Amino acid sequence: MPTHAEFMRSFDAALRGDVLPAGLQARNMAEVERRFAVYRNNVAVSLTAALASRFPVIRRLVGEAFFAPLARLYAEMDRPKSPVLAEWGEGFADFLGAFPPLARYPYLPDVARIECARGRAFHAADAAPVDPAVLVAADTNRVTFVLHPSVHLLHLASPAVSIWARNQPGGSPIPLPARAETALILRDASFAVQVRALGAGDAALIGAILAGSTLCDAALTAQEAEAGHDPAPMLVALMRAGAITDAQE
Amino acid sequence: MLPALPGVGFKPEHFAAICQTAGGVGFFEIHAENYLGAGGLPHAQLAAIRADFPVSIHGVGLSIGGANGVDAAHLDRVRRLCERYEPQSFSEHLAWSSHGAEYLNDLLPLPYTEETLTIVCDHIDRVQEVLGRRMLLENPATYLCFANSLIPETEFLSEVAQRTGCGLLLDVNNVFVSCINHGTDPYAWLAALPLDLVGEVHLGGHDADEMPTGNLLIDSHAAPVADPVWALFAEVIMRAGPLPTLIEWDNDLPEWSVLCAEAARAGAILARGGNGFAHAC
Repeated sequence: MPTHAEFMRSFDAALRGDVLPAGLQARNMAEVERRFAVYRNNVAVSLTAALASRFPVIRRLVGEAFFAPLARLYAEMDRPKSPVLAEWGEGFADFLGAFPPLARYPYLPDVARIECARGRAFHAADAAPVDPAVLVAADTNRVTFVLHPSVHLLHLASPAVSIWARNQPGGSPIPLPARAETALILRDASFAVQVRALGAGDAALIGAILAGSTLCDAALTAQEAEAGHDPAPMLVALMRAGAITDAQE
Repeated sequence: MLPALPGVGFKPEHFAAICQTAGGVGFFEIHAENYLGAGGLPHAQLAAIRADFPVSIHGVGLSIGGANGVDAAHLDRVRRLCERYEPQSFSEHLAWSSHGAEYLNDLLPLPYTEETLTIVCDHIDRVQEVLGRRMLLENPATYLCFANSLIPETEFLSEVAQRTGCGLLLDVNNVFVSCINHGTDPYAWLAALPLDLVGEVHLGGHDADEMPTGNLLIDSHAAPVADPVWALFAEVIMRAGPLPTLIEWDNDLPEWSVLCAEAARAGAILARGGNGFAHAC
């Protein structure tokens, strides 16, 4: 008689398409294969649904008929390593980038990176916004900002933010820029996850703030990236979203 | 301890409707694995629910019936969730869902043997020790049997409860699905289970898949509770007295009012079944 570990090994192999484990029984033995297929189907369908819920735009872009087998293939190659499925799919962007049938769509991995980052932002830790009075009183030469745990900057190789935006429910067919975009992803005070494309100056500003630069140095970095850049609108937008959670001098 | 009232599985889609009217629902249940992120909307909603209602945390990922031990990191995350919300109940399944380092996202069946009895008891001991509380173990819905499965399911469950001190979560739909699928009598199954071990009841919907020798029932949680399952439930309550009873509907979600109606139907049966023994859980 197989040990329980041996039984699980053969059951799992059969879930992946191998021959069925010995000793399976059904009321009618002719039904064993079809009954086992319920488990195979549950695993494949539930993992496909989990991936679809984290990557709705990828699903929309490739179409449901292509997404289902794509998700099954990914699930076989990179099974979840934990029961927390919201954390599964971190390797999906690289998988798409290395999948030959999708080579003509080089923006897909970038769109997947945005969706991945949105998921992380949705579940990121909570942090209260800093008191605006602290910001007003801050010495710009010395102050550094702590941004909300959901804030993430993504440097993309394609106009993936615009592609992502036009594929939102109710999204309009905005013209696509011909250049690569940088995405700012954050969760605002109403728990909505925002995705926006940043200009070179804003991207440099937030990159420097995240790296721990003082506000003054971050503004200079932004001006090096984009002549005449004004940091104020981006800082106001961050404050409005509750994304500045501390200011330290 | 959960109240002996109808409860409903909490879904974020229903949050706004629940804030308008809780519809006589006495408690909510959540899947632990959906609340293991650090923060954000899920925790804001769960905290609001927990402030007003008893909550049951139901795990689907501890793989109690697996051969490889309980994932310590995952169990620790579940412990922190329980410490954060102090739920009135924690429950898990008599099934396995992980193999090695990989999670399969389904509740897979196990043969009932002396070996698996020892494994399951060891895992429940570990869970109860880490969580510092008694857990409930749920009977599974199954589609296959095993030649080496020599211990009847009811005996296996009773023995686990006796050895570990855990309680049972009686899923009446699972009893019906498994018994129909294996050509056995669900009333005989119930008669063999010591109902005083039951701390909670689950009622869910099932689908049917046509097979050459009749329907194979699939535990889908995507439909109303079926009439024969209501009849079995009434039998349980008549014998055991009122028990916390959850309406489980996880897929193809209906309107909140539909769930309230299902809960009310359970509530009417609970209200009639006051003559059973008091249960300890």
